[in-house]
Amino acid sequence: MASYDVVVVGAGSVGTPAALALAEAGLRVLVLDARPSAGQGSNKAAIGGVRATHSDPAKIRLGRRSIEIVSTWKETRGGEIEWRSGGYVFVAYTPREEKLLKDLLLVQHRYGLGIDWLEARDLLRIVPDLNPDGLLGGTYSPGDGHLSPLLLVHAYYREARRAGAEFHFREKVTGIEVRNGRVRAVVTDQGRYGTAVVVNAAGAWAREIGRMVGEDHPVVPDSHEAGVTEPVAHFLDPMIVDIRPAPGSSNYYFHQLASGQLTFCISPSPPIVGEDCRETSAFLPMVARRMVELMPRLANVRVRRTWRGLYPMTPDGSPLVGWSSEVEGYAVAIGMCGQGVMLGPAVGELLGRLVTDQLLPEDHEVLTLLSPSRPFAAQEALK
Amino acid sequence: MRLDRHPILPVGRGEPFPFAFAGRELLAYPGETIAAALFAHGIRVFGHHPKDGAPQGIFCANGQCAQCLVLADGLPVKACMTPACPGMRVEPVDGLPELPRVPAPPRMQELERLEVPVLVIGGGPAGLSAAIELGGRGINTLLVDDKGRLGGKLVLQTHRFFGSTEAVYAGTRGIDIAARLEEEVRALPSVEVWLNTVALAVYSDGWVGILREGRSYVLARPEVLLVASGARERSLVFRGNTLPGVYGAGAFQTLVNRDLVRAAERLFIVGGGNVGLIAGYHAIQAGIEVVGLAEVLPECGGYKVHRDKLARLGVPIFTSHTILSANGRDGVESVTIARVDDRFQPVPGTEKTFKCDTVLVAVGLDPVDEFYRKAREFGMKAFAAGDAQEIAEASAAIFSGKIAGRRIAHALGIPGVVVPPEWEKTLQILKSRPGARREPPAELPAQGVVPVLHCHEEIPCNPCASVCPQGLLEVDPQDIRKVPEFHADRDQACLGCERCVVVCPGLAITLVDYRRDPDYPTVTLPHELGPEAVPVGARVAVVSASGEVLGEAEVREVRAIPRNNRTVLVKLVLPKEIAPRAAGIRLGAKWAEEPIPQAVERLEDDAIVCRCERVTAGEIRALIRAGFRDMNALKAVTRVGMGACGGKTCGPLLKRLFREEGVPLDEVTDYVGRPLFIEVPLGIFAGAEPGDG
Repeated sequence: MASYDVVVVGAGSVGTPAALALAEAGLRVLVLDARPSAGQGSNKAAIGGVRATHSDPAKIRLGRRSIEIVSTWKETRGGEIEWRSGGYVFVAYTPREEKLLKDLLLVQHRYGLGIDWLEARDLLRIVPDLNPDGLLGGTYSPGDGHLSPLLLVHAYYREARRAGAEFHFREKVTGIEVRNGRVRAVVTDQGRYGTAVVVNAAGAWAREIGRMVGEDHPVVPDSHEAGVTEPVAHFLDPMIVDIRPAPGSSNYYFHQLASGQLTFCISPSPPIVGEDCRETSAFLPMVARRMVELMPRLANVRVRRTWRGLYPMTPDGSPLVGWSSEVEGYAVAIGMCGQGVMLGPAVGELLGRLVTDQLLPEDHEVLTLLSPSRPFAAQEALK
Repeated sequence: MRLDRHPILPVGRGEPFPFAFAGRELLAYPGETIAAALFAHGIRVFGHHPKDGAPQGIFCANGQCAQCLVLADGLPVKACMTPACPGMRVEPVDGLPELPRVPAPPRMQELERLEVPVLVIGGGPAGLSAAIELGGRGINTLLVDDKGRLGGKLVLQTHRFFGSTEAVYAGTRGIDIAARLEEEVRALPSVEVWLNTVALAVYSDGWVGILREGRSYVLARPEVLLVASGARERSLVFRGNTLPGVYGAGAFQTLVNRDLVRAAERLFIVGGGNVGLIAGYHAIQAGIEVVGLAEVLPECGGYKVHRDKLARLGVPIFTSHTILSANGRDGVESVTIARVDDRFQPVPGTEKTFKCDTVLVAVGLDPVDEFYRKAREFGMKAFAAGDAQEIAEASAAIFSGKIAGRRIAHALGIPGVVVPPEWEKTLQILKSRPGARREPPAELPAQGVVPVLHCHEEIPCNPCASVCPQGLLEVDPQDIRKVPEFHADRDQACLGCERCVVVCPGLAITLVDYRRDPDYPTVTLPHELGPEAVPVGARVAVVSASGEVLGEAEVREVRAIPRNNRTVLVKLVLPKEIAPRAAGIRLGAKWAEEPIPQAVERLEDDAIVCRCERVTAGEIRALIRAGFRDMNALKAVTRVGMGACGGKTCGPLLKRLFREEGVPLDEVTDYVGRPLFIEVPLGIFAGAEPGDG
């Protein structure tokens, strides 16, 4: 039986950075994924926004670190991930959003985040194509940005392999052997691998893996729909987020990729719970109406493709990261709530330190906040 | 240049009007696409790719790719699908287009939603035939087609059709079949036709997204969906494969036979299936020189009678040859081919280069069946017909549409609808590929009038047998693939009525009339290049069925048939020794040219796999060698398949590269197909009123 120091389940936005960190720490790492290549779960459905401007301190820390990693990726690791530091703009057209966003600023400023409220006139200087009619203003965080999730996951995949991690695709985990409360091996439809550590990075499918060690992770996927347009000459720097609720949707957001294409995503309301990723007729008319109203210039950009992807949601909107309190050697990095791409780089490093027992002092706060066995009370204000 | 006349197609144009391309004023005629108007002025480069500056132009001429993108009055449109308008300002797309500013949100309407018993996607032979069955039973049917005219690819087919006269109008030209089917459909009140309307997506909730006339988005929910969306052309990986001037054969037929533009001066064809052979013939009809045809197999795969038509006109056919490169800077200037060994690898030292301005790629078709597959995946009641179901001749498409129409009527619970059991057999016969070749009869009578059948290959075809008033020509009625036979031993004699000569789609029947002079009989040959092409008294080369020169003769008589004024009968007097073998004439022009001395280095890895994103074969091969097996991963890393066409062109090419690299296809994961079928402005999904914003 082949054996490894760590088996990572899932070669996606979280699993590949974890594999890199673990392999670079000198561990023998095996990554298993039932899909045919890296990032074929939810990574490929993501549109690639990366921000530190959350309201939850753990996510703020992780987001910040992720931005450090991705913004220097080209210099440190080489290879194009199409990072663009265009910032995030949350727009406010009603006093409700204005208050929500300004309240959040208090927390965000406490953590020293580079985000400010801009009055309508100033915001229109950053995004001249916003519909000025009724615009009150919005927040702008120039340090945030976006990248290509596909290129990012493949960059991690390439680096992880270079560091010695092994990847098995089209191999489905069917069981995890636990003896005397400790992980012993992982069983798949093709073999059995001895290991003392399993990292569950299975995204929307994490619950199924948890059950193999007798745990029931409160991770439930719901689906969001996204699309991409033809490329046009560059005209938009930041990610635009509109959190006004409307019939059928709670919010939507879009940005212009390095390639010139616009990519956009909408959060259905009420949420569409489940793993169904098949395209529906509702999405395009709903998102198109909202986008064209917000930015009339988008009326003429041609939509190229649409798809649906899963947000693995937790009760409070924050991920579950850390060791299991029940099974020794079983760690989770799951429930990214649609933010696997932006949190993954930092979470990967954190897992590396967790497994090799080299946690930094500030890691403890993050791990406490994201503890898989925490009680779930409050919902994060801005998912 | 526009065609001024055509031996088969009517050429009529309205009043020209001015439009502008890159600031230069040009003339277009009503109904002409932007692409046709540009081609008419010799403009084949419509822009340059933002990635590497490669010249862009027509590729599919079918609205499926986006190679022909131009800016029309500031908005990106497909030049092959968009009519030129008076005063329109067309600009090439060089780099990324600027998105026009819009001052205020447009007025937005609620989207139209409609429920229909039957939705037919595609108004070609299959879709029309199905609609006739449905409409004939009063079933409400919505038929959508992305072109401005019904008939699908039938409207490009100037030749007479093969198949069965009873089942599918054999012996009639494709363009005329289209007109007949259209007339029948238009007479049915329960069939509604939306032209210039593109099906965009089949959704899991059973709705079908439709772009109506390029202006509004409509959602339709059919009880039954019929996908009759035809085929798309396969592409090929070779150096220079994206140069303007390299087209699919269908694209070329569209430019020539629909748009009536002389899209080339000198043409080289890659692929000896029916599509390539017919395209060559159509080119000659349009006055275009065909420099040659290369077929990688030892024999052409198309009907021998099609091959022979080209050979008789002097087109050199290079079997066991493949294309190495299309050469040129901003367009095709020459083509280089080479002989292949028995493993289809080019043999060094056998390269030949020919001067030409156009290369047609006719290496097969793939079904446009994504809507059908999606509909089935989503549990909808769905049928496919024609090429969308299985690639075959248009005659088979007509018949399969008819069967599908009946099946749909049955599925809707209409009482008394049956599909006669023998129809299935007929369909299988119509779909047949060419079968065995029979030996010609050893001896033919040499008295009276003798119809000579230069048709010795088993193909599904029977018009000759159905027109002979004396019943002397027979094709096995149980299996029309059998070769026709002339029964000289019957009591009746051949009247020399010439009907068989006129009707034969293969131009493979001649009459030898010994009555006037048994030693110098009169031979009647069919000809389709127009009466003015063959003047009486002209000296012509007489050729055998397969193109071998038998001698020279003078044209004695040229006769247009009143009911069939587009086939011309040419009469020659020939010595009795060669008269029965004479099957055609070759006019003065000698098309077979010597190759030009120009060796081209083979750099296959430079060849483009993904035209939209300009991804090379070399990039893909390197990744396959590095272990990539998922086409979606190749897409993530290289952008292959991410472009406007949605992987329609590069998908089959990627699979080919996998095979060439020794990777079995069961190890390979195909692209995940996603909507939309073509790109559509966001405002249209928002219900923006046309012209507003």
